Amino acid sequence: MADTPARTRPRSPHIGIYRPMLTMIMSIVHRITGGALYFGTLLLVWWLVAAATGPEAYATFLDVATSWIGRLVLLGYTWALIHHLLGGLKHFVWDMGKGFDLTTIEWLARLSVVGSVLLTGVVWILAYAMAGAL
Amino acid sequence: MVELTLPKGSQPTKGRTHKAPAGAKNIRTFQVYRYNPDEEANPSIDTYEVDLDGCGPMVLDALIKIKNEMDATLTFRRSCREGICGSCAMNIDGTNTLACTKGIDEVKGAVKIYPLPYMDVVKDLVPDLTNFYAQHASIEPWLQTTSVEPEKEWMQSTGDREKLDGLYECILCACCSTSCPSYWWNGDRYLGPAVLLQAYRWLIDSRDEATGERLDNLEDPFRLYRCHTIMNCAKACPKGLNPAKAIAEIKKMMVERRV
Repeated sequence: MADTPARTRPRSPHIGIYRPMLTMIMSIVHRITGGALYFGTLLLVWWLVAAATGPEAYATFLDVATSWIGRLVLLGYTWALIHHLLGGLKHFVWDMGKGFDLTTIEWLARLSVVGSVLLTGVVWILAYAMAGAL
Repeated sequence: MVELTLPKGSQPTKGRTHKAPAGAKNIRTFQVYRYNPDEEANPSIDTYEVDLDGCGPMVLDALIKIKNEMDATLTFRRSCREGICGSCAMNIDGTNTLACTKGIDEVKGAVKIYPLPYMDVVKDLVPDLTNFYAQHASIEPWLQTTSVEPEKEWMQSTGDREKLDGLYECILCACCSTSCPSYWWNGDRYLGPAVLLQAYRWLIDSRDEATGERLDNLEDPFRLYRCHTIMNCAKACPKGLNPAKAIAEIKKMMVERRV
């Protein structure tokens, strides 16, 4: 029956069955942190606008930013910024055609995780220390 | 477009279980994607209990044993059984590789076997590679010259020949391209790692004289630049090649010809 229309072929499983690998996860996290930075930039804009508007607006900003949830968001923003920064440096190395062998990409992926967490910690410890809260 | 879930009619259901013959001692479970175009049913995952005594060491050996002794309807491509033809490319234990060079002992637990990811399935483990081959043809993978033809062959120095190492070995099995999320979401427009590695193989061939035209053809936000260095390609390649590196070299050539 050559002229019987073939039924639509199914699509083979993909993301749901592919083994998750750190290199692949770091790639998507780079995307996600990049997106999160847009949101973070809005916070930055709010801070600047509040400072330019006056003491009351600035006090409102401070209330939100220093609340526990505000601090949590800022912590996330710091981490996203640093993770995206390290990811950017990684891509810079790759754009020069270096760091492609399988061992190096594994180390670069681990470095993005450990480095971003450590540097976020350093930034926050320094911030609290400078504020005299430590 | 990013599409994380499978379309209706593509979700595999739980399929049949084929028990090992009585008295089998060395049993290994294989979970294999099945799809029969002659039936209306969704694809399914069939379970085969294979007696590894009297079975070769590779995943392909087990598939052949299943087809010979347990279920003759199981369909898959294979030919050379030594990693040079690229026919038996499939997703085994979560990564794309060749069934003939993947040892059963490399997999822990049940051996899960799917067709190459995000492809139209013709039957069982056989994906439709039409688009993949058309993309390969689009980069014109043959020597192009304008100079007067030499009397014998086109000569190449040893050093220039060495530049093709790590590229000419590609067997076009499509393991890398179908491991790439960018290729999953944009396979209609992005050429994918295998084809770009082939493109680079001709770009750096000292004998080829169409470098400019080849680069023009690749200068496109999708054809080349959908590569985001996710690196699944290099990790999947059963020949140990590095398509991501080849793509980076093409991107470098794009920059270098402008400065």
